Amino acid sequence: MTKHERFAGLPKLDRRTFIVGTAATGLVIGFAGPRFGESLAAANVDATQWVTISPDGKVWVTVGKADMGQHIASTMAQLVAEELESSWKDMNIVLASNDPKYNDPILGAAVTGGSWSVGMNFDTMCRAGAAGRITLIKAASDMLGVPENELIAKDSRVIHAKSKKSLTYAQIVQSGKANKAWSPDELKAIKLKTPDQRTKIGQSLPQLDIPAKTNGTCKYGIDAFAPDMLYGKPVVPPVRYGATVKSVDDSAAKKVPGFVKAVTVEDKTATTTGWVVAVATSYEAAKKAAAALKIDYDKGKYANVSDQSIIDESRRLQKEGTEGFLFVKDGDSAAALEKAAKVIDVEYLTSLNIHAPLEPMNALAFEKDGVWHVYTGNQFFTRTTIIGSLIAGTDAKNIAMHQHYLGGGFGRRLESDMVIPAIAASKAVGKPVKLIYAREDDMQMDFTRPLTYQKVKVGLDDKGKPIAMEHDVIGAWPTAKWGIPAFLTPAVDRKRVGDTTEGLHDSFTVNGADYWYSIPNHTVRNYENKLAQGATPSGQLRSVAPAWTFWAVESTMDEIAHATGEDPVDMRLRLLDGAGNNAGGSTPQNLGGAKRLGNALRIAVGRAGYGSLKVGENEGMGVACVSSQERTNPTWTACVAHVKVDPKSGEVTVKKLTLAMDVGTIVNPDGVRAQIEGSLLWGMSLGMLEKATMKDGGIEQTNFDGYTPLRMSQMPELDISIIGNGEPAVGCGEPAVTVVAPAIANAIFNAVGARVRSLPITADAVKAAITNKG
Amino acid sequence: MVTVNINGHDHSVDVPNDTPLLWVIREHLQMTGTKFGCGAGLCGACTVHLNGEAVRSCQTQVSQASGKKITTIEGLDPKGEHPLQRAWIAEQVPQCGYCQSGQIMQAAALLAKNTDPSKDEVVAHMDGNLCRCMSYVRIQRAILRAAAEVRGV
Repeated sequence: MTKHERFAGLPKLDRRTFIVGTAATGLVIGFAGPRFGESLAAANVDATQWVTISPDGKVWVTVGKADMGQHIASTMAQLVAEELESSWKDMNIVLASNDPKYNDPILGAAVTGGSWSVGMNFDTMCRAGAAGRITLIKAASDMLGVPENELIAKDSRVIHAKSKKSLTYAQIVQSGKANKAWSPDELKAIKLKTPDQRTKIGQSLPQLDIPAKTNGTCKYGIDAFAPDMLYGKPVVPPVRYGATVKSVDDSAAKKVPGFVKAVTVEDKTATTTGWVVAVATSYEAAKKAAAALKIDYDKGKYANVSDQSIIDESRRLQKEGTEGFLFVKDGDSAAALEKAAKVIDVEYLTSLNIHAPLEPMNALAFEKDGVWHVYTGNQFFTRTTIIGSLIAGTDAKNIAMHQHYLGGGFGRRLESDMVIPAIAASKAVGKPVKLIYAREDDMQMDFTRPLTYQKVKVGLDDKGKPIAMEHDVIGAWPTAKWGIPAFLTPAVDRKRVGDTTEGLHDSFTVNGADYWYSIPNHTVRNYENKLAQGATPSGQLRSVAPAWTFWAVESTMDEIAHATGEDPVDMRLRLLDGAGNNAGGSTPQNLGGAKRLGNALRIAVGRAGYGSLKVGENEGMGVACVSSQERTNPTWTACVAHVKVDPKSGEVTVKKLTLAMDVGTIVNPDGVRAQIEGSLLWGMSLGMLEKATMKDGGIEQTNFDGYTPLRMSQMPELDISIIGNGEPAVGCGEPAVTVVAPAIANAIFNAVGARVRSLPITADAVKAAITNKG
Repeated sequence: MVTVNINGHDHSVDVPNDTPLLWVIREHLQMTGTKFGCGAGLCGACTVHLNGEAVRSCQTQVSQASGKKITTIEGLDPKGEHPLQRAWIAEQVPQCGYCQSGQIMQAAALLAKNTDPSKDEVVAHMDGNLCRCMSYVRIQRAILRAAAEVRGV
């Protein structure tokens, strides 16, 4: 999406008064006034606003973002504490419900993704903290009888230096004297701190959620309980999508002690197809009963789909060339390719991939007094609430979602499937049901990263200079399946038609192809492979499109360099000239443009010793640089991979990954580093170790023996440089994923002269490329 | 009825003998620090100690654990201040945190026998424990930090 628009089809938040005022719970800071979902209040949704200071001086920050290990809740507290001037030891986190008052202020929905959270909430959270501080100071001024301008706030205390008197925030809150209604204009007029005045932003404050994650007390969705609760284990069909249940024979299941019922899931949202839930008094009984059920399926129309048939369909679409949506149209690439002295014409592929967060999907659901309560960890409450309401057969306002910490998200918990069998089963048995996917269910019913096919054509003139690039990107469209027009993008030659999906495409599958290199005559087309869309319902997997678009773009850049004999780094720096559109500045986040990417690249190659250090036999260093996630909010990232290749077996050992990342403003340096460490290894894992396959309409991998994310013994040396230059903050949890695979492929080429164009990079593929080279 | 001794306390549960210890701990007794990840002994999220040895509770039948001393993350240290737990905080190891109980229990079994493990020994001992967030850099560092603390250096 090129512009962040409010999530259509949902109640919009009115411009409401911002309140800092005393309530029963203490001092509340946040928007007040009538709100959607008011009827929930009586049921089970707490009355806290964004920030509450309780009478004991503790500060409670209610966070509407899903925390899946990126410590976003702690980061939000850090932004508040900076301006509120509260002590870090006083800060606490509350995970927000699905009440729309907690929606993202820019997106207008409760959704966590896109590495957007810090950038989009920075101002709001800082401003909330500042409004709180100013109101507390004003109250202290009345209480102490001294002018406001002689008071300062520090460490949860308002201090009058002259008289050496001070009041703690706890004392001020207890007095009940801190009350102010802020108009939107007043709120906007608050002068926030300049970077040099900050004392918390930029510091590696310890993450608030970590202690509970070392002693077993942190609560995930799977840890929820309800009185009189039963357990559900899904029984999933042999095909990923499109099956229907013809009959269920539960005669053998009935012999399992504790078995209650086999519930066939009626899913009018069509999120799941052909699911049955075995309900029992314990999970182990539900599992035994599930295995004993005999279910007859109609496998539906995707029962013959395989990886190969998806690739064949993508090739057909590309060859036909009529169904693409223009994403970039700069100059006339067709004419330029005609004139080119040389054309590079290559295909790039990426496999299906599985999220496999370590906490399998689960949800606990039950109805009480007309309200459905759902306990889970979820990244997209707004949508999950609507889906839950359709399954429960009630209004969305009667769905109360209880957020938990996520045992891994990576985009998997943007989906809502887990609440469907839980609610359906609970409805059928009239009791609370905790539904837990077995790992096999979780893998086979994942919303996979799409299998992508990309065709790249580059025209070179007689001096070897690139004069045209055509890039077709084809696969399933994860975001399009949501059917939310605001999340889709008009093709560059089309205009948005009202609140419909007409003429819109899923730009989340093609972001990154609009790179920052100055190459004239650039065309990018985005194609939906409808066969793949149907057979492999896809999802956003950490970093989404840039992990495949940059796989093609950054490998191709090296292919161009090698065709022309220019050093790949020199060539990139030359093409990152910041001319025209690539100057940046269309948003605060992309100020500086291509030049900032060149800067990150220089730092990475410098630290890696690229071009200066000698590498061993059959070893090579390769580079890649990316502007993930989107042109509007790029995180400038460059990587050097140092690999060793065994030319006999094709086995590749990654010895070292050197990364430089420009994140603008670093809110928590150690937190940023942790995200980069993980996402770098993710990039390597997706690039070399993780592969899912479809056969006969089903995902073949079922557990961590067949699907094999990186383990500790496979970890290379990491060297990470974080660039914080005070520019606006951008995301750091995803971009590193996208830069590693092309850097490794380019390093393999530099080591042994073999080009691999398919992910993951396997020893067999490298061996074949060595055999076929030249 | 089966009786299990967890963290020094006896618990009687009415479950079949072949019930995985994991579900007894997590669901029947609601000690949820021990996690379900794969159900097949492939990820290590469910690691607990059986008479001091690290085992996968999803692959251990409750009857096999009866009469033995079971320790879970909740019982590793009365105050949650085992050197590994302190090191995990000092190194800011957890991201999503879901695997970390299992990681800590696995590491604790190593340190109980070897307070001066080499990096390679740490890797060999920990390789069966998957961290999907891939916090391996810090897991490794935290184990070496805790080992140094135990040795008093």
